[in-house]
Parts: sequence; structure tokens; C-alpha cells
Amino acid sequence: MKKLLVLGILVGLVFACKKGNDVLPDIFGGFARPANFPEPEYDFSRNPVTEAGFELGKRLFYEPRLSRNNTIACGSCHIQSASFTHHGHDVSHGIDDRLGTRNPMPIVNMAWQREFFWDGGVFDLDLSPINAITSPVEMDETVPNVIRKLREHPDYPALFKKAFGTDEITDARMFMALSQFMLMAVSANSKYDKVMRGEDGAAFTESEQRGYLFFQENCVACHSEPLFTDRSYRNNGIGPNRMNDIGRDSVTLNPQDRYRFKVPSLRNWQYTAPYMHDGRFLTLNRVLEHYRNGMVDSETLDPVFRQPDGSIGIPMTNAEKEDLTAFLQTLNDREFVTNPLFAEPELGGDMIVN
Amino acid sequence: MRIIGKAALLIAAVLMATACSKKDTPEPDAGKTGAFSIEFDNIAGEETLGFHPREYTNAKGEKFSIKLLYYFISNIKLYKADGSEYTVPQEDSYFLVNGGDRTTRFTKVEAPEGDYTKVSFILGVDAERSKMPVEERKGVLSFNPDEGHEGGGMYWGWNSGYIFFKFEGYCNLISDDQQGDPTGNKQFKYHIGGFGGYSAPTINNIKVITVDLAQAGTAQVREGLRSNVHLFVDIMEVFNGPHTFSIPEHPNVMFSEYSVNIANNFPSMFTHDHTENFVRSEDEL
Repeated sequence: MKKLLVLGILVGLVFACKKGNDVLPDIFGGFARPANFPEPEYDFSRNPVTEAGFELGKRLFYEPRLSRNNTIACGSCHIQSASFTHHGHDVSHGIDDRLGTRNPMPIVNMAWQREFFWDGGVFDLDLSPINAITSPVEMDETVPNVIRKLREHPDYPALFKKAFGTDEITDARMFMALSQFMLMAVSANSKYDKVMRGEDGAAFTESEQRGYLFFQENCVACHSEPLFTDRSYRNNGIGPNRMNDIGRDSVTLNPQDRYRFKVPSLRNWQYTAPYMHDGRFLTLNRVLEHYRNGMVDSETLDPVFRQPDGSIGIPMTNAEKEDLTAFLQTLNDREFVTNPLFAEPELGGDMIVN
Repeated sequence: MRIIGKAALLIAAVLMATACSKKDTPEPDAGKTGAFSIEFDNIAGEETLGFHPREYTNAKGEKFSIKLLYYFISNIKLYKADGSEYTVPQEDSYFLVNGGDRTTRFTKVEAPEGDYTKVSFILGVDAERSKMPVEERKGVLSFNPDEGHEGGGMYWGWNSGYIFFKFEGYCNLISDDQQGDPTGNKQFKYHIGGFGGYSAPTINNIKVITVDLAQAGTAQVREGLRSNVHLFVDIMEVFNGPHTFSIPEHPNVMFSEYSVNIANNFPSMFTHDHTENFVRSEDEL
């Protein structure tokens, strides 16, 4: 009896310790495809998401050592509360407050993306961190240097061992861990999703329903469901900006791609302002007004905007605009932007001295 | 005197016999392998390669100096006179030559014994490997410290792909504006890459270089010995090749249509100088 009691206390202690040491042991559920989503594009057989891999990826995502002077982390410009973009910034300020030329894209539903960034220049999620690490206006660092810093850090060898079996820190492992974190950033719990999946008796209001019908007639050609992007590159008539960013053309060197940019997802738009590749529009209203009557014609303007009467844009009455706005509100996923699973880990006074 | 003369004759005969036996190499046994290397000996026109402030003059009469030179060599193949060929296993066939580090000038591989009359290789990285996942990019293709393409920075992070050929230097004729070098440092930068595109076709600057060895010496690969094909790599041909161009007119060429012209000059950079066969130690080279 006494022995049992001691055993019980010991077991209790072990559990207490476990709970104390592990970060959020209860909420990591692994990667799961939402019922209303297609099969992912990412090849998980190469890099299955594990809790240790995800936790390492999260630590790396919030690790300022990825930058030259240890000041900028991925999470500096990809902020969870802004659906992993940089809320309020037309273009992001990176290292030494240097400005980029494009609005950072949200890191959401990456498992379903085929190419990355506004021009699709990166074709593998695992290779996407190189862009930010080596960009002179973002992190201005080299990948070998980052790996060197991680190898010298007291925590990382053990974290890599937990995630990959040995404490070897390599480029591939670092990229794969970062991907595991990014792949887990699945946003599929908006009201729209719940209506589609018939969860919790969710239903559109009349206005939302009318907006949904308008959306299906006028917007879905590019912002296709359920990702709300068809993952293509299009010129949506916003006209070149002052620096004349030519978009996809810079990657393909194909004049047909001039001023074409990735169709962004509309999910979580409420948290991701400002809009467009250079963040020029601050509000949803301004975006809708652009499609209504602000479009600039050019050779590569997407034909979807050309109306039979020769005009360009998406005609919409005020009432239709109101309904559309109501529908778009249903695409915001508050659970995602507040999910503690993705929050920056509390490391407790981890000062970086060099 | 006569005796000494006879002895001298005898010695001469013995020497000749050994010389002959050296020339009379054993027949290659295709079941065995030996070491084979290509040596990339960088030169500039009729001079050895040196770095800034050493100056050279190109065909347009423009003086320039060199800051750095890096290039990838991959996908080595050897051909025999009978037309048969040997392809070095791809994963063993990636090298990064650094013009500033003579230890990187050899691409050393294993090949079946044989007498090879032609070699070919890619200047750059093949499209297949360029699309592979991160765990398939090892050695010089990785980003790991001390083994990868560290100092070279031979990768475009914004437009996934390796920089095949990176050549930077100085030319005082370069303007200080956006068309030249706005930092005022008079630098030219040629970062040439482009494997043809992942999902949308674009420029392909992959160059397969074929070098005929028949004139300047076939490569005789034998077990326990090394055969070394010594190439001159004339960086002057970057400017003076079939597409001769002016440095101040094109001081920065990276991922652009114009890069195709420079890549088209690459094959003329390579000439076969000689081959060293039956090498026992790299010190002999």
C-alpha cells in the first residue's frame, strides 16, 4: 500500500515535470487536411511534421540569429496577429530599418501553395527562407553563417537531435524544420469554412448569401475556393508603381508576365491590410473601388476584367458591394490569428550578446 | 676507354628499355578503376590569373582588374575512341572552382581504366539537380559551412537557382549612376545562371563543354594512378568570346536576357593544354 502510494507520487511527479517542460503538449495535433480543402501540394513523405520538428521550426521562426546582426526574425515581419504578414506596413522594414519593395505575403495555408512570393520566384517551401535570410533589406545574412550560429548555440544541437535523431545541424534540417512550422499554419476555421462543413449549425445571413453569389459570379475566377486563390499570376490593373515593379516577368523574363503578380488569398484579409503587392491600398473598401472603377488598362491586363461593352473592371452596385463585403467578412479566421500553438515561445531573458 | 664506351652503350640500352616499358602501358582493365581529374587552370589571355590591383586589357581596349571568380563544374563524362562513354555518378560530380583558391582547381573522380579521347562537363548545375529538394543538394551545392558554396554565395534566394558563374572586378570606365555602379566603386558583376525555369520556361544558360583530348594528350586512367587533364580557362574570353562586349556598356549582368550572350562565350574559355598520365601524387601536378 505504501509502495503504491510512493509509486503514485512518483508518477504524479513525472507528469508534473512533463507538463512543466514541454511547450503546450496538448494542442499539437499534427498536420491535418481540413475536410473542405484539397490534397496538399507539399510532399509530406519527405518531411513529415512531428511535434519536435514543429517546435524546432517555431523556435527558428522567432530566432533573430537568422539575421546578420541578430535583430530580425521571420516573425518580425510575419506576425501571427496579422495572419503572419506585417500589418500596417505597405512594404516591410527589415534589418537596419531598410525598406523592401513588396508587401510581405501572409504565411498561411502554405501546404497548398506551388510557388512562393509575389512573383513565384521560389518553387519549394523549403527554399523560401533563403530569400529572406540573404535579402540585403530583410536579414542580410548568409545561410552558412546562420548554421554556424545555431551550432554554437547551447540549445539548438539538442533541439535538432530531438527533431531529427542526431544533433547535426545542416541546411536541409533547418529548412525542413522551418517548413514544418509554416505547414502547420493552416487557417480553415472561418465562418465560411464552418458553413461549408456544416459545423455548429453555421449559416450565412441573407446579406452574406447574396454576397457569396456575387462572389461566385465575379471574383471566383481568380480567388477560387476554398483557398481563395487559384495560385496564378495576373495583372489586376493597379498600374505600375513608381519603381516599376514588373512582377513575374523578373523571374520568367517573359514579356507576357509583365506586371503580373501572384493572386493572393482573401482569407484573413481583415488582419492583413494593407493590400496589393506594394501595399498601396489601406482598406477593403479601396480595393473594391479599384475593381469597380479604378482599373488601369495595359497590354497584360487580365482578360477576365474586360467587359463586353469594352469597359474594364467589375461592375457592382452599392448594394452588391455591401453584400460582398458581408460575405468577405466570413473569411476571417480569428481562431487562427489567436491560436497559442503559433505564438512566439517565451524563452525568459534570452539576451543575445553577439 | 672502349670499356667505358661499351658500358655507356649498355646503360643507354637499359635506359631505353625502361623508357619503352613505361610507354608500353598495360592494357586497361575495365573492371578496375583509377583516379581521373580535370584541372581548371584559370588564366587571363596570355597571362596567369591575378587579382586586383593587377590589370588586364580586353579586346575593346578596356583595362580591368579581378575581384573574384567562382564557377560550378558538374556532370563529368569521359569518352573513348570507340565512341563508348562513362558518366561519373551524378552525386559525385559537383565541384566549385574558386579562382582565389588553387586547391579547388581539380575535379577529382574515379573512372574505369581506359584511354579516353574526349571529356565533357557542365559549366553550372544541371536543371534536374536545380529542382531537387534540399536534402539532395549536398557538398558544394549545400549551404553548410565549410563544404558548401559559402564565400561564393552561388545561389539566388529570390529566384531559386544556382549562380553558375560569378565573376566580379573593377573597371574605371564604369559610370557612377544606376547604369554603372552607384556606390562609386567602379565594380562590374557578372552573375550568370538560369536552368530553364521550374514551372514556366525561361533562360537556360547551362553549357555543356566538350574537350577533345586527341591532340594534346589522351587520358589514360589506370588503377592506383591518376590521369589529369590540364585545361586553361581563359576568363578574357568572357569579354572577347564570339560575343565581344564592352564592360562599361554592360557592367552588371545577372538574371537577364543579356546573360545569354555572356554564357554563349563560355565554351571558348576552355582549351586543353596537356594531360598528365600515371601520376602517383598530386605534388607531381
